[in-house]
Amino acid sequence: MSSQQEDYLESPEPRPEPVEGETFLEVRDLKVHFPTDDGIVKSVDGLSFQLERGKTLGIVGESGSGKSVTSLSIMGLHKQGTAHLSGEILLNGRNLVGASREEVRQLRGKNMAMIFQDPLSAMHPYYTVGHQIIEAYRIHHDVSKAVARKHAIDMLDRVGIPNPKGRVDDYPHQFSGGMRQRAMIAMALSCDPELLIADEPTTALDVTVQAQILDLIRDLQQEFNSAVIIITHDLGVVAELADDILVMYAGRCIEYGTADEIFREPQHPYTWGLLGSMPRLDRERSDRLLPIKGTPPSLINVPPGCPFHPRCSFSHLNGGASETEVPELRDVGSGHKVACHLSADDRLRVWTTEIKPKL
Amino acid sequence: MVVYIVRRLIAAVLLLFVVTAITFLIFFGVPKLGGATPDDLASRYVGKTASGQQIHETAERLGFTDPLYEQYGRFIKGIFVGAEYDTGVNKDHCPAPCLGYSFITRNPVLPDLLDRLPVTLSLASGAAVLWVLGGVATGVVSALKRGSFFDRASMSVALAGVSLPIFFTGLLSLSIFSYALGWTPPGGTNPVEQDNPFDWAAALILPWITLALLYAAQYARLTRAGMLETMEEDFIRTARAKGLRERTVVVKHGLRSALTPILTIFGLDLGLLLGGAILTETTYSLPGIGQYAVLAITNQDLPKVLGVTLVGAFFIIMANLVVDLLYAVVDPRVRTA
Repeated sequence: MSSQQEDYLESPEPRPEPVEGETFLEVRDLKVHFPTDDGIVKSVDGLSFQLERGKTLGIVGESGSGKSVTSLSIMGLHKQGTAHLSGEILLNGRNLVGASREEVRQLRGKNMAMIFQDPLSAMHPYYTVGHQIIEAYRIHHDVSKAVARKHAIDMLDRVGIPNPKGRVDDYPHQFSGGMRQRAMIAMALSCDPELLIADEPTTALDVTVQAQILDLIRDLQQEFNSAVIIITHDLGVVAELADDILVMYAGRCIEYGTADEIFREPQHPYTWGLLGSMPRLDRERSDRLLPIKGTPPSLINVPPGCPFHPRCSFSHLNGGASETEVPELRDVGSGHKVACHLSADDRLRVWTTEIKPKL
Repeated sequence: MVVYIVRRLIAAVLLLFVVTAITFLIFFGVPKLGGATPDDLASRYVGKTASGQQIHETAERLGFTDPLYEQYGRFIKGIFVGAEYDTGVNKDHCPAPCLGYSFITRNPVLPDLLDRLPVTLSLASGAAVLWVLGGVATGVVSALKRGSFFDRASMSVALAGVSLPIFFTGLLSLSIFSYALGWTPPGGTNPVEQDNPFDWAAALILPWITLALLYAAQYARLTRAGMLETMEEDFIRTARAKGLRERTVVVKHGLRSALTPILTIFGLDLGLLLGGAILTETTYSLPGIGQYAVLAITNQDLPKVLGVTLVGAFFIIMANLVVDLLYAVVDPRVRTA
């Protein structure tokens, strides 16, 4: 890329110098409840986490564990009147819960952007890819169409679309799946957002393309120094990208730690289950996966006590506490947190003797 | 794109031929199946006291004794080069394109239709503007404010609009606005013969509203359903995630998609109306194609009925062609298909 192009990409608003260790996004005791005819759906129920600039947080969990609801809450994309939010979402110190819709709208796209799961349905079929990127850029930048178009071509080039000048006028259906996701990323990054949320960015893609997209997200994050939240049910994806991992179950965080901790010394039985459900090429094909039995709980009638206890193979080890008491998220050393009634000794013993050898 | 247009044009021409053949067969073949002889058909065109001999001569003169395909061949030939019709008194020339000749009023059908077309055109186009604007706007607001008072009220009115027949709403509005209040000219005023556009519109405003109410109701319901569905699409969420204003999201991203199916029925509806808005024209005594059709049917004047049918079919096929082409403009995915 020529230096001139680079110039104006950076030019509109030079971002403040990144400060290492500065908390950029902080979620405190976030609750997202949806009142329905059948009762209150507690999609997110007391979630807290922090994220620094330049870091990646992976949020992992089954469908319906509240991952996407969390991200939509941060973006302020829940429909008016349907979701009841409480707690705090601090973006750069500014609380988004309770901020006016107009205020949040102006942050969307510019300060925080999102990549969606299925790029085919997430892009408007009637407008060209270029048009959609130009549109995203011009909402927040008062520039002529020609300048915005040049920017769109640069963005397409940057996300690795060959012949961006020619492809900018193509429609989404003329792109391949991987190309579309690249275009989607170009659109999300067009305003150089400080926070990027990727909601299952590779689920709809070919396996061969998945790795490319993940590489791209990682490269762009380094280039833009954005904070990234990657939401997925695929532990392989977070292993690839995330610095920290947050495991969600029934709207709560049940384990939080660095990627290393989660993969090397997971402490929660649910995390064990997720790891056991991951197909791996480096083990014998005759070995069975270790699926988690049962199904995720209804979020209207969350089981009393530990919401995971009906599916937990070790709930008998703690004298019935799991059926009556909601386990707190406790620090088990250097920021690694886990919400489980099992004693530290039990967890270590089960992990080393029963689980680890089978993974 | 050019290939697409050419393909659609060829299909449209072929379709018109099929329509003429079927219509002709129905009008001139079915009576035969019902046992009517050429003489029976001809008896309609002679005096009450005519002898059998005279009737048979008339049947031969009018060509009823020829095989059906010959009659059809003459009809098609008439469309391209014109035809001579022997009325018994004189030979009348029907210039191309000849859509048939009425032996009852002794004149070619097409000039009649062309005379009446402006009235029907005025009626249909004005009403179409009203119902599209009114129906779509109502539908959008209803969808966005789903469950609100506006939504429920407008959907009830829409239901009433669909259910109430034109001869009810038409006569009611005539009696109120024309006869009681005197705001609009009475029924039977020919809008095309007015001196200025204002009088033209004044003569048409009641028929427009009456006709538009019927369609607007349907369009409001369809738009509402389409918008409700579209606003749940992923690309709407993307549009919001970009930080677009809600109005832009609704109009540029939502309505644009929701309108595509509406375009289809709009083409059909408009084409159908151009072939004559029978009820409205009759209720307001507007000398349009619909009223002409009613008169022709009442007089059992088959060539006229055939002419109206063909003109109607022509408009429907043309409207569909235009819709298909517009589709390609609206939805880029159609172009490559």
